[in-house]
Parts: sequence; structure tokens; C-alpha cells
Amino acid sequence: MSQQSPLEPGTEAPDFKLKVTPDQQVTLKDFDGQPVILVFYPADFSPVCGDELALYNEVLPEFQKHGAQVIGISVDNVWCHLAFGEERNLHFPLLSDFHPKGEVSRSYNAYLEDEGESARAIYVIDKGGNIAWGYIAPIGVNPGADGALRALEALSDGHDAQSNKS
Amino acid sequence: MSELTVPVTKNDHFQGPADAPVTMVEYGDYECPYCGQAYYIIKQLQADLGDMLRFVFRNFPLTQIHPDALPAAYAAEAAGLQGKFWEMHDVIYEHQEELEAHNLASFAYLLELDVDRFVKDMNSEAVNKKVYDDFWSGVRSGVNGTPTFFINGKRHEGSYAYQSLRGAIEEAAGQAAKGNKKAEGAGI
Repeated sequence: MSQQSPLEPGTEAPDFKLKVTPDQQVTLKDFDGQPVILVFYPADFSPVCGDELALYNEVLPEFQKHGAQVIGISVDNVWCHLAFGEERNLHFPLLSDFHPKGEVSRSYNAYLEDEGESARAIYVIDKGGNIAWGYIAPIGVNPGADGALRALEALSDGHDAQSNKS
Repeated sequence: MSELTVPVTKNDHFQGPADAPVTMVEYGDYECPYCGQAYYIIKQLQADLGDMLRFVFRNFPLTQIHPDALPAAYAAEAAGLQGKFWEMHDVIYEHQEELEAHNLASFAYLLELDVDRFVKDMNSEAVNKKVYDDFWSGVRSGVNGTPTFFINGKRHEGSYAYQSLRGAIEEAAGQAAKGNKKAEGAGI
């Protein structure tokens, strides 16, 4: 259960192509030109109601003010995602890192090999497709929305990932 | 480590002495069943720890999953304007399955509030803003679900089980005492 470091700010965000519905796929490139917030999480239907996804759902209008797209990713299959999204009234897409299992999570250092689940990791990707900010929560800890909001606000203030780096 | 970004002020609702060594802030949702369980645990902690603990409640309604959470938060704040915040807070947590508008009005009646004023206050800008400000102070402080607790300003990462909260409160009290001693030693 080793804890990995998030990908470095300024590096290109790994592209992906994942199912969002049974017959529809989404790639990171589809969101070129807008910031993306990737929320990796272990499993649909975790037994808490006010968890990370509920929080991001609640804060969604603030993310949208910055033109950002929020995307959830776990290893659950699309049918499970559909049921979960509907039950929790989620207003953002959930992508299925189901086959090959965990491949995308792994490319973001956000896969727990022993658990067979994604870690709780958050990335903010700038509109040019580079990592602006990343965070991998310790196991058992739910990240809040404060870090992602601050990163997004920094982007809106005109600091892109490159200038953050220098 | 996430920390409380908006300090406790006199505008917060609190129970316990203002100079208690430990202040525990809860960000809670009135319709969340886990907050409902935590409600009874907090009562027990208050009974057992006495003046060691000051307890503060801030609103964190998750409106997308709990449609009655926001009106309930408004109801508690509106009752607060008539001096009965905690009474309403308690009634709500003890009747979490009955939080529709007519229930909230009956609670106000049972608590002997001026019901007309209560309803008007529930919809007032001041009350709405208080709840909104509470919510955003929580988001900025790293609230990561409900309930989230901050003990002397630090987010409590353990569960809301009695022993977990009590352990964290006692540890914070110990640190506060050490801090005081140091300050005395330094002649401050």
C-alpha cells in the first residue's frame, strides 16, 4: 500500500480514453481549451453520504465559474457509475477505469495495487493539457475541495503550470 | 494538514466556556444520518468533559443529496435570531426524518417562537448569507464530508466515534496546557 507522489506540475497530463456510458468514450483531449479537475476515488457507493464526490458536486458551480470540467474516475464499471451518479445526483461525468483495470489511475500514480482500487487523488489540469496541481491523499483520508479551488484560482489569475514551475 | 481558515468569533453558535482549552468546530448537515449519530456522541462528550470543551456548530448542507438540509439550516439560524438556536438544532437532529417545511414550522411553535417572524427570518438574506458563509468557510478549510470536525483549528482525521473524538480533544487540551506553561516560563 505504498503511497506515491503526484505527477509534477508542468508535465503533460497523460491522455486517456475511457467509457463514460455503455456506448460512449471520453478522452482528455476532448476537454482541450478548458481546465479539468480529475477526481480519482476508490469505489462507487462507499458507505458515507457526505464524501468527496458529494462535496465536489456541491462546489461544482464554483468550479464552473472558472470554466473547469470536473471528472470522477474509479475502477467501477459504467453500469455501476450510472446507478451511483443517479443516486447521488452527481452533475459531472464518471469515467470507468475498468479495462484494462486501473491503467489510467496508474498513469497518474493514483492506483493502489494491493487494494485494486484508485487512490483518492485530485489533479487540476490547465487548458493546455499540463498538470497544474496534484494531490494524493493518505489512505483513509478524504481530500477536501480547498486545494483544487486554490489551484484553479491561480490558473484563472494567469499563472499557467509553466510559470508556477519557474 | 487542513486547518480552520475562519476563526471562531462571537457570530458563531457555541456551547461551553469561551476560555475552554479546547474548541471543537463541527461542520454539519441536518439531514446527514452520520451527523445525526455524531449529535448524540457530542452530547455525551459535553457531559463527560464539562468545561474542557467549547463546541461550535457551523452549517454545511449538501443540498444535492439532502434536499431538506438547507431549509433545516435556515430554521436553526432563524430560531437563533429569537435566542433558540441550540433548541432548534437539537429538535432537528432528534427528528431527522421529519424536516419538511410544515415540520420546521411545528418545531418553531413547540419551541414557543414567534412563528410568523421565524418563517420570515428563514427566508431572509441575513440567514441565507450566514449559512452560505458557513459552507464556504468549510470548503476553504478543507471540509471533506459531513460531519467534519476541527479541534483547536486542526481537521480531525479520525472517525466521529466517541473514543476517537475524546482522544483528540484530550490531546489538544494537553498541548494547550503545555503551551501555557511554556508561555509562563518565558515570562510572557
